[in-house]
Amino acid sequence: MAGDVVVLGVGMHPWGKWGRNFVEYGVAAARDALRDAGVDWSEVQFVSGADTMRNGYPGYVSGATFAQALGWNGARVASSYAACASGVTAIEAARTRILAGMCDVALVVGADTTPKGFLAPNAGDRPTDPDWLRFRLVGATNPTYFALSARRRMDLYGATSEDFARVKVKNASNGLSNPNARYQKPVTVEDVLASPIVANPLHLLEICATSDGGAALVLASAEFAARHAGSAGAPVRVAAVSTVTPSYPQTRIDLPDLATDSTAVVAEPDRPFKESIAFAAYEEAGIGPEDLSLAEVYDLSTALELDWYEDIGLCGRGEAEGLLRDGATELDGRIPVNPSGGLACFGEAVPAQAIAQVCEVTWQLRGQATGRQVEGATVGITANQGLFGHGSSVLLAR
Amino acid sequence: MTTRTRVPALGAEGWFSDGDEPALLGRRCTTCGTYAFPKVDFGCPNPACVGVDFEEVPLSRRGTVWSYTDAQYRPPAPYVVPGGDGAEHEPFCIAAVHLEAEGLTIMGQVVSGVGIDDLTVGAEMELVVDVLFSDDETDHLVWKWKPVAPATGADGGAS
Repeated sequence: MAGDVVVLGVGMHPWGKWGRNFVEYGVAAARDALRDAGVDWSEVQFVSGADTMRNGYPGYVSGATFAQALGWNGARVASSYAACASGVTAIEAARTRILAGMCDVALVVGADTTPKGFLAPNAGDRPTDPDWLRFRLVGATNPTYFALSARRRMDLYGATSEDFARVKVKNASNGLSNPNARYQKPVTVEDVLASPIVANPLHLLEICATSDGGAALVLASAEFAARHAGSAGAPVRVAAVSTVTPSYPQTRIDLPDLATDSTAVVAEPDRPFKESIAFAAYEEAGIGPEDLSLAEVYDLSTALELDWYEDIGLCGRGEAEGLLRDGATELDGRIPVNPSGGLACFGEAVPAQAIAQVCEVTWQLRGQATGRQVEGATVGITANQGLFGHGSSVLLAR
Repeated sequence: MTTRTRVPALGAEGWFSDGDEPALLGRRCTTCGTYAFPKVDFGCPNPACVGVDFEEVPLSRRGTVWSYTDAQYRPPAPYVVPGGDGAEHEPFCIAAVHLEAEGLTIMGQVVSGVGIDDLTVGAEMELVVDVLFSDDETDHLVWKWKPVAPATGADGGAS
């Protein structure tokens, strides 16, 4: 359809703990995506990079870093940082430029090299930085926040440790044959429950690791796509992109804050933040949760995947455990969630992750997700959450 | 034992009062009346309000558990290990406590001696001021949450 933005090509560098320069992963993913699109690098008019904060200056100007590594071609450039949602902010920069008619074809790239262990703030005393304060004053790591959500599900909705473990078992099974996944081995409920507790009730195997990896997309106008052969058949269409911020008052404690907003004067909004992320995408696309073939959601922990079932409208509040127990979100279920294996199999490569979610949905909608294909998939959503009020959702359709 | 100096931990200066009935110190917007914690530096957080003036108000000393967890592993710096870098990590609980009157939910460590099984969503908690860590002459203080009705055997810890 005229006016549409399409995903012409996708590419990834496998996730792992490779310990090499992040630029290498980004360039490999970019070359894959260009090859997949049948587009020459010299044709790309806009390079949109998703930044990494852990690799020095080249990471802060990632768009230019990747452009130089591919060989300066005169394209315009932007670099975005939005914590875990950086990838979609970079996608949105490219999409809006294409929608504005200022560009026909753009390359979006994100890649990261990560240190081991808990993600920690930058060094040095910064007592006005909430990301510093939460570690110093409370000892609150990222898993602390994940666990607060998990424990609430247990006390309010009767979720059990076995439910949470089952999310990991499902995702591990989905990722078995995903060549880009870091972990490709089966996991049992017993394995999960036997792993050490990090932040009660979450075990080590329920919390996503940090990984190295790279992902890239070639986005184009429908007109440009029509002139190019690219992948077989109709290209996957970007039906909506959401990068909304919370509405006051934000009533769930979110990373890295130590407190919520107040509901004393302004009542809690109808849709809490995470719910509003997908809702904005549905509204923009005129697509609803009932139209979905699959979802890729940000399972930073097993329990957070269950929160997402409700946040993206697959079921009502408190019903996610039922959906899981019924097998609805399994690969052969009514609405498969994380067919890629999710963060459980990938670990998080921050600026690449939200782009990788779009890669997976694209492969699914093209019928190219070998070994993990959701049969007849036509519509897919991604959902993602970052620090500091960031989050994203992309709706794709074919 | 000589008198030790008690100071709020770096970053938490002005965040709480000390004494017999300590309280977190919030800010109340003099224009719209909304609350904020920690203190607001850049104007009222309510987007419909243009207020820039705030009064300091002690927040409710009691609230109910919104959720809770613990830290089984030692958090990375800038967390300071209470017994010094060489000390073994002693797991501690963390609770997010909802204050009804102010409509705020605030996270904090739970006093030592309280385990995960002693907590539940909805349980009543009280604010205390406790030592976050100590160095040679100084106790660095922070707010913590303490169950109002401690579970059997748990002495609720220091305050």
